Amino acid sequence: MSAAPLLQVEDLKTHFALGTARPFGSGRRVLKAVDGVSFSIRAGEVLSLVGESGCGKSTVGRTLTRLETASGGTARLDGREILSLSQSAFRPLRREIQMIFQDPFASLNPRLTIEQTLAEPLRIHGLAKNRTEARALIAETLQLVGLDPQVMERFPHEFSGGQRQRIGIARVMILKPRLVIADEAVSALDVSIQAQVLNLIKDLQRDSGVSMLFISHDLGVVRHVSDRVAVMYLGRIVEIGSRADIFERPSHPYTRLLLSSIPRIVPGRKRVEDLGEPANAASPPSGCAFHPRCKFATDICRSAQPLAQPLGNEHFSACHHIAELQKDHA
Amino acid sequence: MALLEVKDLAIAVAVGGQLVPVVHGVSFTVEAGKTLGIVGESGCGKSLTSLAIMGLLEGSQVRITSGSILFDGQDMLTLPAERRRAIMGADMAMIFQEPMTSLNPVYRVGEQIAESILQHRKVSKAQARERAIELLRLVRIPDPEGRVDSFPHQLSGGMRQRVMIAMALACDPKLLIADEPTTALDVTVQARILDLLKELQDETGMAIMLISHDLGVIAETCDDVAVMYWGKIIETAPADELFSTMAHPYTRGLMASIPVSDREVERLEAIPSRVPMLGEKLDGCAFHPRCGRARPICSDIDPVAIAVSPSHFARCHFPGEDQA
Repeated sequence: MSAAPLLQVEDLKTHFALGTARPFGSGRRVLKAVDGVSFSIRAGEVLSLVGESGCGKSTVGRTLTRLETASGGTARLDGREILSLSQSAFRPLRREIQMIFQDPFASLNPRLTIEQTLAEPLRIHGLAKNRTEARALIAETLQLVGLDPQVMERFPHEFSGGQRQRIGIARVMILKPRLVIADEAVSALDVSIQAQVLNLIKDLQRDSGVSMLFISHDLGVVRHVSDRVAVMYLGRIVEIGSRADIFERPSHPYTRLLLSSIPRIVPGRKRVEDLGEPANAASPPSGCAFHPRCKFATDICRSAQPLAQPLGNEHFSACHHIAELQKDHA
Repeated sequence: MALLEVKDLAIAVAVGGQLVPVVHGVSFTVEAGKTLGIVGESGCGKSLTSLAIMGLLEGSQVRITSGSILFDGQDMLTLPAERRRAIMGADMAMIFQEPMTSLNPVYRVGEQIAESILQHRKVSKAQARERAIELLRLVRIPDPEGRVDSFPHQLSGGMRQRVMIAMALACDPKLLIADEPTTALDVTVQARILDLLKELQDETGMAIMLISHDLGVIAETCDDVAVMYWGKIIETAPADELFSTMAHPYTRGLMASIPVSDREVERLEAIPSRVPMLGEKLDGCAFHPRCGRARPICSDIDPVAIAVSPSHFARCHFPGEDQA
């Protein structure tokens, strides 16, 4: 797989100013939601961003779709930098980068029929010459997501959560995007429905060959859909690797803590001890942000931010004690 | 005798002058010192059942239409209101999913804990504050003497849920009802709250009724499990027995639907169609429209609970059939 990546993100930073400036000129406090994130996604590949609330995973997705403004770094789609484009220069690219949101109740306009909802993106991007052509495309896409084309006439309130999420997916797929960013796309669904929608997302991704950035807090879901996985903690990627590397050879103390914390139906995995409290992104710990919770932490962890260490085969871990950690393999 | 015995509890919602049944006669028991898990998807009636036990449905559009709730040998549904109020929040306490909205943002957490102590015990304000600090220490909040004066927004989500637990434990309850207590929390925080609940149970001997949609949470914390679907308990068994031999096709379908982090599967075996809404009309077995092995009898006759073993029951005409 030496092909150039579809998306190449380098040193991405998204910072937010907090509140007003302090008196006596100590300047504005800054929340570094995303602070130096680099990764790439190949054509047809699914990369998951996983982490707990406040780690910045959603902000990465929102910055790449220009819903937030990047404070630094670059993101190249097919070699073309997209973060520095003006909004009007970026507009044609919106068709290529599409987003599926978490809440199927909030992300559909209740006053539009399904046909109107799906015709809107076609109209904006000039993808259908007339209503007949639009209706044909809409019918085809509804079938693709497992819905009867006749539902076109109906309104969102007539659908269950799972069906609404299918409509949200149809709205994305009808544009034939090259990169789909799915932000907690199945988190609001019941387990039995979540499985249906996950199967659908997997099928559509395979059949269309679209690349995907799959953002989720659920490690079970992530293991099911991803080719590669990036684990985020407090605005940074602490470990990135293939699905097998992350789930079978986790090589960052935080990844191990995460994996061992999942309540299991079949008992067995030894719990990794969590020594501290989740950190606050507004006042991150010095050095490695994970050090207050880490049993491997030493002085260097408190003073210096660890760099990503290559472990072979595109597997990287940002930990000062990688050698020790690998000996300790649970 | 069981600490809590719910018998044939039926609940209906008043809609436009009509009563629409939503919980169709559920029966279960919680033994002293044990944990019962109630698992099910949205609209299965698991939360309504717990609110009914806590007496929190009064004054709403929801009515208990039949059945009994025996707590410590007394029927909560026929007990005079004053006697009932003395039990609720003291001998029987509840924690909720959302620790942010369950705490009052304008009062310090210590005051909120003290309030429930003062409600039920004849103590001075100073004594109540001392007890609040003691409770914060019990739920492993660091620096309890300082934290007692914190406002909810100054605490993290995990710490707020610890405060809620401290408040529930204020009067040494015999039964703690926990409705999705860790659903809003991150997985590393969830692990610690579940550990805390187990440790507190060992220390105090309280019984826990844990409501959750997460089979992993249930498996890790419960002694016994009841699975609910469309306002009915469709399977009940000791946890180890349930997770080794699931008899009801819904329970098995739920298991097969979960993508787990321990292994890879090519395709999830999703249950087809959608989760029925509470109050929807369904004939025969409520699960038959989604069941892969439904036969004609399943759409005609609602199955009764059949014993799969002395302690394991399933409401299915063909329980345990084609068990893999």
